[in-house]
Amino acid sequence: MTMLSIEGVHTFYGNIEALKGVDVSVETGEIVTLIGANGAGKSTLLMTICGRPRASKGRIVFEGRDITGTETFEIVRLGISQSPEGRRIFPRMTVLDNLQMGAISTDPSYFTEDLKRVFTLFPILERRQEQRGGTLSGGEQQMLAIGRALMSRPRLLLLDEPSLGLAPLVVKQIFEVIREINEQQKVTVFLVEQNAYHALKLAHRGYVMQTGQIALQGTGRELLGNREVRAAYLEGGH
Amino acid sequence: MAYFLQQLINGLTLGAIYGLIAIGYTMVYGIIGMINFAHGEIYMIGAFISVISFLALSAAGVTYVPLALLVVLIVTMTFTAAYGWTIERIAYRPLRHSFRLAPLISAIGMSIFLQNLVQLLQGARVKPLQPIVSGGFVLLDSGDFEVQISYLQIFIILLTVALMAGFTTMINRTSLGRAQRACEQDGTMAALLGVNVDRTISLTFVMGAALAAVAGMMVTLYYGVIDFYIGFLAGVKAFTAAVLGGIGSLPGAMLGGILIGLIEAFWSGYFSVEYKDVSVFGILVLVLIFRPTGLLGRPEVEKV
Ligand SMILES: Nc1ncnc2c1ncn2[C@@H]1O[C@H](COP(=O)(O)OP(=O)(O)OP(=O)(O)O)[C@@H](O)[C@H]1O
Ligand SMILES: [Mg+2]
Repeated sequence: MTMLSIEGVHTFYGNIEALKGVDVSVETGEIVTLIGANGAGKSTLLMTICGRPRASKGRIVFEGRDITGTETFEIVRLGISQSPEGRRIFPRMTVLDNLQMGAISTDPSYFTEDLKRVFTLFPILERRQEQRGGTLSGGEQQMLAIGRALMSRPRLLLLDEPSLGLAPLVVKQIFEVIREINEQQKVTVFLVEQNAYHALKLAHRGYVMQTGQIALQGTGRELLGNREVRAAYLEGGH
Repeated sequence: MAYFLQQLINGLTLGAIYGLIAIGYTMVYGIIGMINFAHGEIYMIGAFISVISFLALSAAGVTYVPLALLVVLIVTMTFTAAYGWTIERIAYRPLRHSFRLAPLISAIGMSIFLQNLVQLLQGARVKPLQPIVSGGFVLLDSGDFEVQISYLQIFIILLTVALMAGFTTMINRTSLGRAQRACEQDGTMAALLGVNVDRTISLTFVMGAALAAVAGMMVTLYYGVIDFYIGFLAGVKAFTAAVLGGIGSLPGAMLGGILIGLIEAFWSGYFSVEYKDVSVFGILVLVLIFRPTGLLGRPEVEKV
């Protein structure tokens, strides 16, 4: 069943057209990755799903419901949660406060259970509970960003470059957790990545974006084997 | 020593009033990065609403003082908060994505408008009010000088402490307070997590106005006279308090308010009453030059 379908979406920043008619679909239960060069429009697409900025043309449908014009703060209540580009941890709030912010759209009675689940995924966060977000290391911030996104009990998790700037070991750990979230907690994942090798290995399907348009699509394996993809995103080590 | 103690008491009373107004400046600045220059007028309107409600109550024959105070407090906070909400909706929200100076100019316009509105509706002459709470204690009698604290001063200081404690708890512990802090730090992220940012900003204005309303009511009781112009001076002083404490910082606004009250009281007591306002503005200039982040503020550069 199609969970998210993005149909012919155009997005502008002023008069710069960042998305020029994008079509993407994500099936329930999948991990779908979106790769592409810097400035291709990947983050813009994730943010457009959440209505910031809003698509100026096209349609975004989530679980059969047109959400193109839905207010940003309503999106999370429908079951979509985003860990955006740059992590956007609240720097002057503690780890616990950040996680509580993640839960602000849900019934408070879930909180303890959800918190425990996040601490099981990322034990380091439990030890850092009282530390201010801004003083966490990059890797810890990334874990907090994903943890915070999970606190809203999403059915669709949007992740923007979760591996950016992390040591290889931590990258492996993060991708492992994404798989776990998908397999055990049945959360569908739409993953934007620069780390194309890891992302395509993890994902069921992938899209390649070039200057605001989808240039290629296929299963993770197909794209890993594709000559253009190898040349542009994979050669020179992973 | 006795004289000093008396000025201390007077200064704390004044400081409580400035502190309550300063919270509104600092919270609005924190959440939308704008100095709400109409905030002094909100306080002035609070003072007028409290005078009118006191008069109405006495006309209605309510003479039991604690009841009158409670009713006036609630009425004043409610109506003044409605003003705060309305101002944000009509003068600031439409300009939120405009150039930086636009809301500031709109605020100054709103301030002039409100002054003139009250002048038109209530007249330009001062409004007097009989003392409602009278009497007090003699704390200390050193022969030639009595240190007094009036019941009204006790009421003002205790109510302020209670409001500030309640307010701090609300900001630090409740989910509304957390949402406010989140909007301050990253509004877009807060929206992604499900916070209705517009509503949170509205509530911030409502809270700031409600606290300024209490300050307006206190001033009415304390001085017994008000006019449509009191918002200007009190507004600038409370703004100074917010800057002194560190604009954006809630404890800073409280601390700044108390310090400004004390400075004003001691200056009047030991130097000259005529120049008491100069002392406050002198502080504003010094803080802006030497410590623009204030006592408890954080440097602007801290960004993640
Ligand atoms: N707020 C903005 N205002 C104007 N232009 C923007 C804004 N945000 C992004 N852009 C432009 O839109 C285009 C797409 O940017 P986007 O951030 O979506 O790229 P990206 O694929 O996520 O890149 P990266 O891999 O570097 O994160 C770029 O040309 C960028 O300069
Ligand atoms: Mg990006």
